[in-house]
Amino acid sequence: MKKLIFLSIILVVTSIVVLSFKTEPVKKKNNATAVKDSIGSVKAFMSVYKVLMSPRCMNCHPAGDQPLQGDDNHIHTMNVKRGVDGHGVYSMRCSNCHQAENDPGVHLPPGNPNWGLPPAKMRMVFQGRTPRELAIQLLDPKQNGGRTKAQLIDHMANDGLVGWAWNPGEGRTPPPMTRFLSLISLPPGSFITHLQRPRSR
Amino acid sequence: MITVTVNGQRHDIDADPNMPLLWAIRDVLGLTGTKYGCGAAQCGACTVHLNGESIRSCCTKLSRAAGQQIVTIEGLSANNNHPLQLAWNEMNVPQCGYCQSGQLMSAAVLLRENPNPTDQDIDDAMSGNICRCGTYQRIRAAIHRAAELAKEGAKS
Repeated sequence: MKKLIFLSIILVVTSIVVLSFKTEPVKKKNNATAVKDSIGSVKAFMSVYKVLMSPRCMNCHPAGDQPLQGDDNHIHTMNVKRGVDGHGVYSMRCSNCHQAENDPGVHLPPGNPNWGLPPAKMRMVFQGRTPRELAIQLLDPKQNGGRTKAQLIDHMANDGLVGWAWNPGEGRTPPPMTRFLSLISLPPGSFITHLQRPRSR
Repeated sequence: MITVTVNGQRHDIDADPNMPLLWAIRDVLGLTGTKYGCGAAQCGACTVHLNGESIRSCCTKLSRAAGQQIVTIEGLSANNNHPLQLAWNEMNVPQCGYCQSGQLMSAAVLLRENPNPTDQDIDDAMSGNICRCGTYQRIRAAIHRAAELAKEGAKS
């Protein structure tokens, strides 16, 4: 009986050692795939990063609790504040001036029915984030409003306020890529490989 | 025809839905307490309440007010006895007065939501209302006074 147990242990240990050597080439193959995806992914994300950091997106994703304005990202005039729900405070609510659509004319308020910032408890800051920091933030449901990757894609593709960026009205520069191109540059797999290779950026 | 309730009174207004609400209030209904300042939602002189929120009527289309409740300075109180109006009189807030109806309408929302505002709360609520005479210090003092009057009124 003791011999049988001893032989079994030897067999298990040997199997582990052999298998561990056998998996080595497989690991290398996976890494090679990841590296290839990662390069394309990083390039694609850098394009999306420029969109997210454009004034049309970043102005409502500020580092502080005041929205930004204009192509130069200056702090919103009138001391406008984020407020708890992201739609302002007291008599300074976003929809007090911003209508459901852009007001025609330079320097008149742009508009959308959901005009506002992210809420105070989920600030989703873009301003000042590096590409890697922003990628991690976008993928983290604790920092992205509880969204899955599929919901992130849907947000980019269909959210009305996101879409406003490509219809910003007079005097405002749209993001440096079409919405469609931004979308196809944002496959969930690319995000993952981007995060697997933080030194590649 | 667009139906709007202004200061509790229902009006059927025959006008372009794209007409600024301010034009309808002043030129169609004849309520001239609300002023035209900049026409760009920058100064606050045209502030009125839409369903209790203070909006800039110069940049708000009449169509947005359809079926909604509008309150102008003429409807802020029945007898000009809103605590803010009493405090404004007591502290001689206005100078030229042009911006003051907008100031009062914004301050009314602040006091409704925060009956005991700090200076910071007042700054946060009132920074969108410009006064070319620079009556800001008296506006701030009068809002504090109105908060006191409201509390006294609630006790009595």
